[in-house]
Amino acid sequence: MNELTIRRNKAGQNIKETRRKKMNRRTKTVILTVLIAAVIVSALLAGLLISDEAVAIDFANAKQKPSFEHPFGTDWMGRDLFARTMKGLSISITVGVVASAISAVAAVLIGIAAATGSKALDSFVNWLIDLVMGVPHLVLIILISFSCGRGLKGLLIGIAVTHWTSLARLIRAEVLQLRSEQYIAVSRKLGKSNRWILVKHILPHMIPQFVVGLILMFPHAILHEASVSFLGYGLPPEQPAIGIILSESMKYLSSGMWWLAFFPGLTLVLIVILLDHLGDNLKMLIDPYSAQE
Amino acid sequence: MRLEAKNVSFRYGAGGRKILNDLSIYVDEGERVGIVGPSGYGKSTLAKLLAGYLPPESGEILLDGKPLPDKGVCPVQLIYQHPEKAINPRWRMRQVLEESESLNDEMLEKLGIEKQWLTRFPRELSGGELQRFCVARSLFQGTRFLIADEMSTMLDVITQAQLWNVVLEEAESRNMGLIVVTHNAHLAERVCTRVIDLSTINSI
Repeated sequence: MNELTIRRNKAGQNIKETRRKKMNRRTKTVILTVLIAAVIVSALLAGLLISDEAVAIDFANAKQKPSFEHPFGTDWMGRDLFARTMKGLSISITVGVVASAISAVAAVLIGIAAATGSKALDSFVNWLIDLVMGVPHLVLIILISFSCGRGLKGLLIGIAVTHWTSLARLIRAEVLQLRSEQYIAVSRKLGKSNRWILVKHILPHMIPQFVVGLILMFPHAILHEASVSFLGYGLPPEQPAIGIILSESMKYLSSGMWWLAFFPGLTLVLIVILLDHLGDNLKMLIDPYSAQE
Repeated sequence: MRLEAKNVSFRYGAGGRKILNDLSIYVDEGERVGIVGPSGYGKSTLAKLLAGYLPPESGEILLDGKPLPDKGVCPVQLIYQHPEKAINPRWRMRQVLEESESLNDEMLEKLGIEKQWLTRFPRELSGGELQRFCVARSLFQGTRFLIADEMSTMLDVITQAQLWNVVLEEAESRNMGLIVVTHNAHLAERVCTRVIDLSTINSI
């Protein structure tokens, strides 16, 4: 396109370029949601559909670089890394979904209990939040996972127990503020019970916080699962979780097999970044004031 | 039936200034009492005490000689000055009226509430339109006393006149007690049967 055919606005900017820059947050969020839904569904499906044969040991094809046949290459035992990565992702995503869902529901319940219950309960919850926040998550997850005897159960409990704190604090503050609203006082004078007010007035206000909290917790949970498994305190080595794949690849990096760590790591990072973006965008859309802080 | 404040005193917070000091007033059913006075003399505070929204520091609020009911539907209803704060922003207007079971065509027509407003959210209505809903919500069957705390101050004169006409008519037909809290002495004189000046009886 030559200079004459480029349409410019009054300020002299290229109209096509500014238009592209100005894709609004709503559109971006919708695109992100679709993208993430596609990635998650395909990873979960892959986890289900990829047979054990695809990740079987095959020494004839060991240590191959990425090619069309093996897009992510193969490892020292000839297992196809792409299939293993997809399987690993599906495990990570399952752990992430379950752990963050438990955590978010717990956060809502605990936050509401603290805000509506007795003073003693409120102080106890605040103390508990400080306690859990004060210990580094990784240490706590390792301890819990270890004491539950490694494996999926321990990991899930560990991640669920450590991730509810900030959302619970947010919900508690929100409920406290809502309780002083005039329409709640009016509702009480119209003879409505505390339970009715909680369900009809207060809970609907918690939905946006819950959704954003859940989505922002998700990448954290996945990363923690991967790091704990990487350190050897999480899932057992038979399961091809991303953390396990990365941990095993360490021995072979020095012999030049870069693809063993690069591709699984990259997919993990990409998913985490996508989810984090989605969470931030949603937060901006739903609650622009607090998101700016 | 009589709504009565007996020797009530009130202050906000333990160390705060006394807002109401040993104040006694009463309102009988069918009566329309205006409470006037300059800003800061405790008009709104008294309204909240009478409606049971705040507990008095000393003294008591009595309805027919008994304390206001702690639970259940309160026969004393309060209408606030700012309707947008008195309505849940996430509710559609239909829910607001259903909350007090005061959704009926007769009331809607009297207050000039259009049917299509019922499906809207509060932010999609103007202040005057919202205040009509607050009035409708407070005028359910069980209301014996209505306290209007600067109910019409924010509204244009036509809406003011409309709202007052409906409220006065309802008060008349149900033999309801009405307490009009306002700084507008002319309004009080116009709609009330008796006017109390807080600056003369509240010695703070």
